[in-house]
Amino acid sequence: MKKVVSIKEAVDMIEDGMSIMIGGFLGCKNPFKLVDALVEKGVKDITLIANDSSFPDVGIGKLIVNKQVKKLIASHVGTNKETGRQMNSGEMEVELVPQGTLAERIRAAGAGLGGVLTPTGLGTIVAEGKDIIEVDGKEYLLEKPLKADVALIVGARVDKKGNVRYTKATRNFNPLMATAADLVIVEADEIVEVGDLDPDDVMTPGIFVDYIVGGSE
Amino acid sequence: MDDKNYIAKRVAQELNDGDVVNLGIGLPTLVANYIPQEYEITLQSENGFLGMGPAAEEGKEDPCLVNAGGMHVTINPGGVFFDSADSFLIIRGGHVDATVLGALEVDEKGNLANWMIPGKMVPGMGGAMDLVTGAKKVIVAMNHTARGNHKILKECTLPLTAVNAVDLIVTEMGVMEVTDKGILLTEINPKYSVEDVQNATGATLIVPEDLKEMEPQD
Repeated sequence: MKKVVSIKEAVDMIEDGMSIMIGGFLGCKNPFKLVDALVEKGVKDITLIANDSSFPDVGIGKLIVNKQVKKLIASHVGTNKETGRQMNSGEMEVELVPQGTLAERIRAAGAGLGGVLTPTGLGTIVAEGKDIIEVDGKEYLLEKPLKADVALIVGARVDKKGNVRYTKATRNFNPLMATAADLVIVEADEIVEVGDLDPDDVMTPGIFVDYIVGGSE
Repeated sequence: MDDKNYIAKRVAQELNDGDVVNLGIGLPTLVANYIPQEYEITLQSENGFLGMGPAAEEGKEDPCLVNAGGMHVTINPGGVFFDSADSFLIIRGGHVDATVLGALEVDEKGNLANWMIPGKMVPGMGGAMDLVTGAKKVIVAMNHTARGNHKILKECTLPLTAVNAVDLIVTEMGVMEVTDKGILLTEINPKYSVEDVQNATGATLIVPEDLKEMEPQD
């Protein structure tokens, strides 16, 4: 049986210096309660892996503003001016990764693959320092898997086994991140009993989820 | 009609009935307003859905439904949501017929720069590198110059988004195809002369004898 825990119990498992993947796309939507608790606890020197750094006052954007992030791995940071400022001043290291490559690197880690071969980024600074591999006369970049200590994801309906159903455009990176971290905590809009979710509707099987926290709404 | 809408209207003529299309943020988003009503065009949003509809009406915004620019939008009947890996499978795998996006610079080899100005603006590439690598047709929709500076060049100076990726450039001055021989001016806005367009361009344009006129920009 999966354990439903409090926000405090969940965040107590997260320590300074950890790498943390957080689902969401421009704040649509991050696990807001878990992120706010990370801000409150002041966990620092985080390596944050996310699609973007949101807006300064929304979700994971606050972690940047609060200077809790040592390194950010993301595809887009243009909506949070503080990210740009800390990047230019050298306070925070930023690794920009093409969005599709970021998805595949996380998926590769979860799938036990040694990396992926993608044409994206060839001939650009993204290719610097990376192996180029030719397959049947076509060149590809070797992009390596990306995993983390913790993944914080957000689901619409989650049963007590940890089976997750996402809603609308909030799915984004969540199902991938759920497979690629040692500790996976899902923030559920609604926690339901085992059997309440139709197996056909489950998008992340509960075996990937370690802990559940309740109630975004 | 202002330049942005004039460009968007012309880009819409490049789309074919049945196409799957990804529109970038800003000017490219306006293209959706000029798609012929009888066409069935499926818009892809790289944060994870097909069948994107118009912007959400005020008061009816859904916090769980935004486009790749974070704006509240809608989904049409028959639309479908998926995760980011599937979204970029669609994009990178050649399942998007056309992508329309802006540029800082484009050059005569079809190289594109649109994601950073070193030391000044580094927003990140988002999905742009995958889109221009994977889409069957890459259309750049932009103003011809930026505050008088050339954007269409012999060779890009800014960090590239992709090499040899751009197929077509549409600006308020004309329509240009990127060919093996260079940039071919195929259509011109009748309020400009070929000399005007050439003066606003940093690469030598190839001007065909059958140069067409765009619709007047009234």
